[in-house]
Amino acid sequence: MRPVDPRLLRCSRAARGHLIVTIGLGLTATALILAQAGLLAHALAMAARGHGVAALSATLAAVAAVAAARALVGYGGEVAALRAAAATKSQLRRRLVAHALRLGPAWLGRQQPGEITTLATKGLDALDAYFARYLPQLVLAVVVPVAVLIRVAVADPISAAVIGVTLPLIPVFAVLVGWHTKARTRSQWRLLATLGGHFLDVVEGLPTLKVFGRARPQEEVIQTVSSAHRSATMSVLRVAFLSALVLELAAALATALVAVEVGLRLLTGHVGYETALLVLLLTPEAYLPLRAVGAQFHASAEGTAAADRAFQILDTPVPAGTGRRSVGVDLRADELALTQVTVSYPGRARPALDGASLTVSPGDRIVLVGPSGAGKSTLLALLLRFIEPAAGTISVGDVDLAAIPVDAWRAQLAWVPQHPYLFAGSVADNIALGQPGASPDAVRRAACRAGAAEFIDALPGGYQAPLGERGLRLSAGQRQKIALARAFLRDAPLLLLDEPTAHLDQGSARHIRETIAALPPDRTVILVSHDSDWADGADRVIRLEHGRLLLPAGVAI
Amino acid sequence: MGAGVTAHKRRRADAVPAASLATGATVAPPGGWARRPRAHGLRAHRPWAHRPWARLRRDPLVRVLRLGRPLRWRLVLAVLASALATGCGIALLGTSGFLLARASQHPNIVAITAAVVAVRALSVGRGVSRYFERLTSHDAAFRVLADVRVAIYRRLARLAPAGLAAFRSGDLVARLVSDVDVTQDLFIRGVGPPLAGALVGGGAVAVCLLILAPAGAMLALGLLAAGAMVPPLALAVSRRAARTTAPVRGELAATVTDMMSGAADLHAFGAQDEALAAAAVADGRLTAAARRSALAEGLGTGLGMAACGLTVWAVLLLGVAAVSAGTLTRVPLAVVTLTALAAFEAVTPLPAAAVAITAARSSGRRIAAVLDAPDPVREPSSPLPLPAGPVHVELRGVQVRYAPDEPLALDGLDLDLSPGRRVALVGPNGAGKSTVASVLLRFCEPAGGTVRLNGADLASYRGDDVRALIGGCPQDPHIFDATIRDNLRLARPGATDGELADAAARARLLGWIESLPRGWDTRVGAHGTALSGGERQRLALARALLADPAVLILDEPTAHLDSEARSALLADLLDVTRGRTTLLITHEPEGLADVDEVVVLDHGRVARRDTPVPQVHLRRVVRAAGHAHSLPPGNPTSHGKGIRQ
Repeated sequence: MRPVDPRLLRCSRAARGHLIVTIGLGLTATALILAQAGLLAHALAMAARGHGVAALSATLAAVAAVAAARALVGYGGEVAALRAAAATKSQLRRRLVAHALRLGPAWLGRQQPGEITTLATKGLDALDAYFARYLPQLVLAVVVPVAVLIRVAVADPISAAVIGVTLPLIPVFAVLVGWHTKARTRSQWRLLATLGGHFLDVVEGLPTLKVFGRARPQEEVIQTVSSAHRSATMSVLRVAFLSALVLELAAALATALVAVEVGLRLLTGHVGYETALLVLLLTPEAYLPLRAVGAQFHASAEGTAAADRAFQILDTPVPAGTGRRSVGVDLRADELALTQVTVSYPGRARPALDGASLTVSPGDRIVLVGPSGAGKSTLLALLLRFIEPAAGTISVGDVDLAAIPVDAWRAQLAWVPQHPYLFAGSVADNIALGQPGASPDAVRRAACRAGAAEFIDALPGGYQAPLGERGLRLSAGQRQKIALARAFLRDAPLLLLDEPTAHLDQGSARHIRETIAALPPDRTVILVSHDSDWADGADRVIRLEHGRLLLPAGVAI
Repeated sequence: MGAGVTAHKRRRADAVPAASLATGATVAPPGGWARRPRAHGLRAHRPWAHRPWARLRRDPLVRVLRLGRPLRWRLVLAVLASALATGCGIALLGTSGFLLARASQHPNIVAITAAVVAVRALSVGRGVSRYFERLTSHDAAFRVLADVRVAIYRRLARLAPAGLAAFRSGDLVARLVSDVDVTQDLFIRGVGPPLAGALVGGGAVAVCLLILAPAGAMLALGLLAAGAMVPPLALAVSRRAARTTAPVRGELAATVTDMMSGAADLHAFGAQDEALAAAAVADGRLTAAARRSALAEGLGTGLGMAACGLTVWAVLLLGVAAVSAGTLTRVPLAVVTLTALAAFEAVTPLPAAAVAITAARSSGRRIAAVLDAPDPVREPSSPLPLPAGPVHVELRGVQVRYAPDEPLALDGLDLDLSPGRRVALVGPNGAGKSTVASVLLRFCEPAGGTVRLNGADLASYRGDDVRALIGGCPQDPHIFDATIRDNLRLARPGATDGELADAAARARLLGWIESLPRGWDTRVGAHGTALSGGERQRLALARALLADPAVLILDEPTAHLDSEARSALLADLLDVTRGRTTLLITHEPEGLADVDEVVVLDHGRVARRDTPVPQVHLRRVVRAAGHAHSLPPGNPTSHGKGIRQ
């Protein structure tokens, strides 16, 4: 990890502004540290010469003022940092969410469920420590030692030389120890991970252990493994803590060296009492921020790791096929043709779709059948352009599908997925997903055609009833009907239906079949179903097996 | 389909433990304290329990701390080392002050020799004792952790799986385990620094009191403010801020989850921009709330620095006044001022300690709930010896209820498992099938009815003994992060390699194991992730066959498998269990033509029982039983294949 992640600073104006503010506050804080040491030394030296409170009133007032100012700068710095963190997180979060959505359902399907949400909320929140603690400390670690060194050099060059020699030891040793620990830790990492996960593994497996009467002997194993884990960890820590030892020793030794050396010269009158005190007070200050920055660096590691993951996602290229040609396609008139299309998913031996060729004319009613895993949903995903063919072409009229902008293409489609998703919002919002401006009347009509009107009217709140995670729980059939209403309202030239009646009772299923049969003749329908009832109204029933299309040419099964 | 089932179970599971885990520490469970065997480190029932400070002993934090008692001397050593390190740092500056002030009086060099030596010694002592402190405190914390783990494990081993709601969801087990790990942080960051801080701060105050009493008093006030008042205050402020932003945060999380889960629908309907706009609104609200709360959250830092600066100022003021009054000379003035300045090092780690203590308290609450959870089954005081010879199990009118306010999970079940008989228990999810297995394995106590093993009440045998006779493959069998050999041998530690190979062969797993490059020594990864679903289930089956119990229970042995793998495994296991007393639990009614009896459960009641019946007919029965509530959405289609072709 680098000390400062340039991507974090580049990603938002708030972050850049924050860096400037932090540097400004860091300089102010440094000036206050120097002032405090100077004032304390002055007050102690003057008091030693017999000056009373009255004579030193200005100095004492200044000490109080500096103390107050340091507290204010500390407070202001923290507030500014937290606000900058909030602004940066907000920008990063918006970009992350927008980009993840743009990467599309196929990409999201490969991620851990909930990962984006966790990353966008809890993950990025860990950046607070980075902005509010680590960055300011980093600035101080750079500015304070230099400023102290200069101030001491002005007052007493010999002491400055002592500090100047010991100070660089800290970063040098920290890096050396860090390297050594890293190599050691890496070699022990596997062992540590295995041992560390052991307890969870055993507790999760307790019911199984009990069935086989092995629960009691595991007590000893837990004790043994915990001991092994401790020894392994301690052997890593013995080295890792050496860097802290070096820091502490260097800081303490330098203070001792300066105190003794200044003390002896003070004894012989080669240096003044006030100067000696100033040097003594400043010496530990040079080492303090260096010690603190290491700790803050580790504390902010979680946040920077989250940011790393966010940038990794942001760097993932959006899938190709976002053609720019503004081609006017109209599926009411243009023929859709798949030629030798092959789709393979990573990690699968067999292609999901293997050299499929198919021509769909406007107004076709096509039913796709076949066992699960045969490639039916893959075919729909292709037409939805969630995925791209690995080989072969899809064309509309005489235009390659890849050349058509995705949004323009999808405007031609309506889709009823196998598991439709209902968003937090009202029933009406969910039906009007593809037509946000639709009139209540149009929504109602679409619901009627989908056979949903009856149950929606019975819901508390009717079309305004809340759905989604915190809303009403609908049955699978009711969700399906809302998805159908969504598709009917869209009124697109090509209707893609994935098991549209799987969760519906006989009566509702018949109603849906009749509605689809009654669609205007220029609407094209491609439907995936297990149900032989659909074959009656279909122009073609196409069977898919192991990714291959078998065309029985209009023969019902 | 699998996802649907798990989600259903998770929801149920989440609802229960939230209450039971949270209240465990304060609400006495039914059954009273006295009868229950106590876990390690727990002595709640004592004559003095009514005294006021008994309440303190029941505090979850105190109970976690008491788990560290066996290692108290190591912990004391760590605290002393920490105090020594900080003390050396403070004394270093104080002594240096003495050195300079004395030297400025130009005495003979002998007058400062002692100070010179002391300063050097203190500087080395500081670094070395800090290193020693870190090693000691970490070592002690790891040792405490091992003890806590064993204590919790011992208790969990009695509770698992029916006695603790956590076992109904893997997430909760993981959280409990991380709660146990939090104790490590408590002993490193939460306990040592405050105690060491009190010692060293007290020492610094004592020195200052001796030199100049009012200055010592000021320092005491300042240290108390910075060390004892500011950290809890800062913590309270930031927790309050977190509470006020929680709803906004939840709204943002819900919006983003919505977008990601419904991404396909949004893309298909071109509604991405509206969704992004909604997320931006939620994000804007959260950011505004965070900006507001920053004003309060900065207070901790500011107040801490103010306490330090103003204390030093006050000490200096008092010192200068004393010098001009003639009651103090330059040397003690320098010592008192520099000591006060350095003394605040003792309180620097305390904000982190406050955080560690708070985290440990909420973890401690869940740990205490585990320690206090009542035993799910009573062990007999004078258990019967295990019967020799054939085993006959008989259930009559068995009822099970998981919690007083829950409906019966099992209501009036009769079941006969006589030697060699194979019974299939079929029904939709939540019908009570696995509850039957729990009763037979003595994981839960029936609320009514009788369970008899060779004519005697099952409860009159020791639980471990019962499980030596009645065993098999529990629901969701756990595959341990170990080798294939270790995972299998777990069922019978004394088994020879030949017996292992035999069990693997009968589970149709041997060929696959031998084809692996590392064979039996192949590590299977956490939860057996290196294996396919079918391999995991077959490994569990091989385990059950190796254990060879008199009554074999196979609970959903074909769960999470696709239909091809399912029918292959089912055929194999029906083949291998022929002639064994077997209870096969499944929600898939297909392929059971071979068993002696099929019992269909629904809502805890027997909906139907039959000797094997034609497949289609049986399918309808099960479907009708499950129709009302919980056949998962994907299921009907996979059932349906059988008849539509």
